[in-house]
Amino acid sequence: MLSKKQLFTRGMLDISPHMLSVIPFGIICGAIGVELGFHPYLVYTMSFIIFGGASQIVFLQLLSGGASSLVAVASVGIINSRHLLYGAVLSEYLEKLSFIKKLLISYIVVDQGFAESNKFFKKNRGEEFLHYHLIGTGCTMWVCWQIATLSGIVLGSFVPEELGLKFAIPLTFIAIVVQDLKKLDHVIVMITCGLSSLLFFDAPFKSYIIISPLIALFVAALLLRLKK
Amino acid sequence: MTLTSIIFAGILTYFTRMTMIALISRDMLGDKIKAVLEYVPSAVFPAIIFPGIFINDFGTFIEINDPKIFGALVAVIVGYFSKNIIATILAGLVSYWFLIFVVFN
Repeated sequence: MLSKKQLFTRGMLDISPHMLSVIPFGIICGAIGVELGFHPYLVYTMSFIIFGGASQIVFLQLLSGGASSLVAVASVGIINSRHLLYGAVLSEYLEKLSFIKKLLISYIVVDQGFAESNKFFKKNRGEEFLHYHLIGTGCTMWVCWQIATLSGIVLGSFVPEELGLKFAIPLTFIAIVVQDLKKLDHVIVMITCGLSSLLFFDAPFKSYIIISPLIALFVAALLLRLKK
Repeated sequence: MTLTSIIFAGILTYFTRMTMIALISRDMLGDKIKAVLEYVPSAVFPAIIFPGIFINDFGTFIEINDPKIFGALVAVIVGYFSKNIIATILAGLVSYWFLIFVVFN
């Protein structure tokens, strides 16, 4: 049985490699906000209140492009609606927590944290304080994101644009799913999602980000039926 | 004005994170749904990966010889065999940089 501290540390360690892509992306996010003409204080507030990478950029780009605030807010909600799926998966492991703890832990659920903690949870179902792993991944992500966006806001885009570091984001997610390429059913689900996301990329409110997972999960359900 | 929108966007985002964790009990989801949820990572992350590779900053498709495609392929191969996140990201970035700074320059 691992202690709370051990689980927390394990969570930190499991997510830290992703900081290689998260930190440059955070710097870019902060810098873009200021470049678009928003008050630095507002740009930073987003990292604290929304705490959701790409959705923060989209929000500011929409507003600066003349979109109404309703459209900007709706887009953030739709982009982040994928967390509903993460929550549905995690709820199995967080069931025993008190309501207040569930409310608190929800704030720090992010893509990479969900991915790494979910992998850990699957292998260590028996651990009593499993949620400390999620707290470890979430807190690491939170601290790095605040520092990265803040330094982008203060120092400007000191990451040279020619390096194309935004490309590190798809790479970080490749690292997350690549081992599942061993399983044919997962490959089919991934390709379905990927192709759908390209097909629906121009759908309003960036809704491709939730439409394509839903299509892919539908295909997954069909595959499960075929398996039987 | 903008701050109010940010707060609303934040509340909305928080609800997407909290709803399924705090408000839905596990028993409300049947076994079939649980089995489908096993596929969530494979069903969600390609929606971030594919557009990040195949669509450029202007929202249009990239060319078939774009360095990003090569970088992504290298990342997939290195990631598959190394099982190492840092190696995967670096392999993708370095091969991408090699193409844009050395080959295409």
